[in-house]
Amino acid sequence: MAIRVQTQDFDLGAEVAALRNGQAQVGAVVAFVGTVRDMNEGSGVSEMELEHYPGMTEKALEDIVAQANERWSIIDALVIHRVGPLQPLDQIVLVAVTSAHRGEAFQACEFIMDYLKTQAPFWKKEVTPQGARWVDARVTDDEALAKWGIQSGNSGG
Amino acid sequence: MNIQLRFFASVREALGTSQESVTLPDTVATVGDVRAWLRERGGVWAEALAEGRALRMACNQQMTDAGTRISEGCEIAFFPPVTGG
Repeated sequence: MAIRVQTQDFDLGAEVAALRNGQAQVGAVVAFVGTVRDMNEGSGVSEMELEHYPGMTEKALEDIVAQANERWSIIDALVIHRVGPLQPLDQIVLVAVTSAHRGEAFQACEFIMDYLKTQAPFWKKEVTPQGARWVDARVTDDEALAKWGIQSGNSGG
Repeated sequence: MNIQLRFFASVREALGTSQESVTLPDTVATVGDVRAWLRERGGVWAEALAEGRALRMACNQQMTDAGTRISEGCEIAFFPPVTGG
């Protein structure tokens, strides 16, 4: 189980190959990649800045992966989250999970993303034609976590 | 009691500071008390940390709520709802 918070980009193929390397018990690999869109809340987005809470971020991600590992029979998991300046089309986050069968990997990957969205201390600031603005938390992200039986309370709604 | 304060994102910008060491009066015992005590500074502090404003809190780098008791040397952080991923 590995966690990386970094400014540099990542290579999905290389990361998945490394995760599977020599792991003949793996029968399923599920990977999610989140990317920067050029549009949010009706405004064009030309740039994004990702801030985080060094130290807490890593602890939160380790805790999220540990919880997924308790809930599902997974073999390995990798979370990479980028910080700093990003542009539309850039990759932001990778969650990759391996398991013997697909069900566990699908669910654990979705769980890790849903949990990360509302519990890991990252904040997005985007540049639009109207100026720079902090991205608002979404109620739908709280709802996504609620389906796993966990109350988020992130959006404040 | 002495504690460390950390502020992030829109809260950091509103307050114009990212961290601070403070000595608390004996009446301040919980994370919520710290928030209320900082509001007494008025101005941007009263506004950014206002009751009812969506604000998340961490104690020693763990998400927490207003009722959590603080201890000597702890790190208390205030920040807006998170928006990563």
